[in-house]
Amino acid sequence: MNTTAAPSRNGVSLEAHLAERIAAGGKVLLPYVTAGITDDWVDLVEAVIDAGADAVEIGIPFSDPAMDGTTIQEASVVALDRGITPADALDQLRGREYGVPLIAMTYYNLVYRYGHERFAADAAAAGVRATILPDLPMEQAGDWAEAGAKHGIENILLAAPVTSDDRLAQVVENTAGFVYVVSTMGTTGERGEVDDAASVLARRVKAAGDRPAVVGFGISGPATAVAASRESDGVIVASALMRKVLNGESVDQAASFVAEMRSALDKEYPVEK
Amino acid sequence: MAVTEQPTSDTFPEAASPTHMGLPDAAGFFGEFGGRFVGEPLIGACQELEEAFLDAWADPEFRNEFIDVLRDYGGRPSPLTECENLSQDLGLRLLLKREDLNHTGSHKINNVIGQALLAKRMGKTRLIAETGAGQHGVATATAAALLDMSCVVYMGEVDMERQALNVFRMRLMGAEVIPAMSGSRTLKDAVNEAMRAWVSEVTDTHYCLGSVMGPHPYPWMVRTFHEIIGIEARQQVEALTGGLPDVAVACVGGGSNAAGLFAGFADDETVRLIGAEPAGGAAAGRGVPAIVHGMKSYFMQDEVGQILEAESISAGLDYPGLGPEHSHLALNKRAEYYPVTDEQVLDSFQLLSRREGIIPALESAHALAWVVQEIEQLAGKTVLINLSGRGDKDVRQVQEILDAQNGTVNGAAQ
Repeated sequence: MNTTAAPSRNGVSLEAHLAERIAAGGKVLLPYVTAGITDDWVDLVEAVIDAGADAVEIGIPFSDPAMDGTTIQEASVVALDRGITPADALDQLRGREYGVPLIAMTYYNLVYRYGHERFAADAAAAGVRATILPDLPMEQAGDWAEAGAKHGIENILLAAPVTSDDRLAQVVENTAGFVYVVSTMGTTGERGEVDDAASVLARRVKAAGDRPAVVGFGISGPATAVAASRESDGVIVASALMRKVLNGESVDQAASFVAEMRSALDKEYPVEK
Repeated sequence: MAVTEQPTSDTFPEAASPTHMGLPDAAGFFGEFGGRFVGEPLIGACQELEEAFLDAWADPEFRNEFIDVLRDYGGRPSPLTECENLSQDLGLRLLLKREDLNHTGSHKINNVIGQALLAKRMGKTRLIAETGAGQHGVATATAAALLDMSCVVYMGEVDMERQALNVFRMRLMGAEVIPAMSGSRTLKDAVNEAMRAWVSEVTDTHYCLGSVMGPHPYPWMVRTFHEIIGIEARQQVEALTGGLPDVAVACVGGGSNAAGLFAGFADDETVRLIGAEPAGGAAAGRGVPAIVHGMKSYFMQDEVGQILEAESISAGLDYPGLGPEHSHLALNKRAEYYPVTDEQVLDSFQLLSRREGIIPALESAHALAWVVQEIEQLAGKTVLINLSGRGDKDVRQVQEILDAQNGTVNGAAQ
């Protein structure tokens, strides 16, 4: 079930893509966009890339997002009410050049129902280079990881503050793309500050192997992004960005929020030329 | 009425029906169903719980305490009642396993006493639970009060309205009731909320899941705590009739009372096992496998895999899936699952009240509704129904429905 760094169609895996910035001393920034949340959600994907995203997580909404806090739940309901399906989401992404890898984040039932092979093929055609399936634990992920790998899709595993050392070693070995560092024992959502647990866990991940460690859950803006990147290789920003969209902010406004985070990260962690 | 010998830890077997309802595999699967599909933050908690349950269940002291509390506090064993009037009316021999007579009014107390004792043994100080009709929430609040633990119950906002009395009961016993406001605001959403809360409170909190569902070890553990229903019933029916029932029937939402009953008979191949599902939530009959709420099982879902909202007159069965062991039993055809409509349920609710003086929970009325529907093929048979709960909580809802239907006021013609 080791699916390390399968090459994508354009030859660069997510992990290799992220490694470039990380090797140069920089931190990666991965914004999250709920597919179908607005009519122009694909424009938002492009805009956050222009604003400096290293990769974009595409949230494919699920009816029962048990790992998500109120904001992503609300975003999912809005998108589902607007009628988006997994096939629509991939279809609408297809046909544009993004320049960075896309990551599909969803719950396993949608991939299972779609069919592993078909989902992998359609996702790859849409520019997806990795998946995050938070309710598909390592022990059950082998079949999907194998199907995805055939299409150049890496399966990202999560690590939590309570993950034991033994298990963490397995996560680090079996993940591909990066290790998703769950910053806190809770659900997704903005928090005023990121738990110390995130730093401790990021250090443990880095000590357990040579894998990028990216922190998610609780990143609310430039300050938490900078703080959470201290021990890690960068951050995922989801709820804070989707809150702006739910509040009716435009693509440009949402993208400028991402740009602020980009410049804060670059200022604190400059990339060596 | 049959006299039953009180089970003791010595007579309490490992699994009541080791062949058909034995242990899940190491990953928590019953055949292809079950497993542990939870986020990484909950993996450790599930492992800890599995180890603690295995350890406790192997400890005679724990089992004795469990059985003592069920007897001295819960009122076990629950009696077996032969329904003479209805037997005559229906042309069969109708027996009721009276889980409605347990403390708190339903079978739910078996599981919560087991889990609360286990939580205490694990050093947890707080119980959280989801509830549909409120029976499991009431039972959890009861166990928390008994064992001096704090308690939070998540309940769909819609269900809080339908079952206001149970909300008050929980509060009276010191529990906090938090409305689940997302989705259909019923049982499935309460499960989501409870799982979210569990993640952030996992150190001192035990999630007291109310049915044979969720991630491993819950489906197996909850069934094990309810096996006492089937074990007692088997002894009682044998003592009364000198044989086994031809059919054992229980309602199925998540399926905990059915699992407890079936466990007593699953290895008796002559006994047909029937699960009566609400027509608006018939997961075994109309569902396809899904992975949600920590398990792989049959769920009602749309063509892309979004979970649908169940619709039932009975809040306790208002769940779009069912426990994985039931999916396994259904696939292997050891148990059969059939839908009954809300209308049939209302009829059976009134029938049992009028003919036997027993007001059943709307959930339990599903089981009788199936029997009434199949009266021809059941002629002359001995039929055992698990009367999983009493109907006090439903009386007001039924009164409103019947008054509206019949143009009556409080049940009387104008």
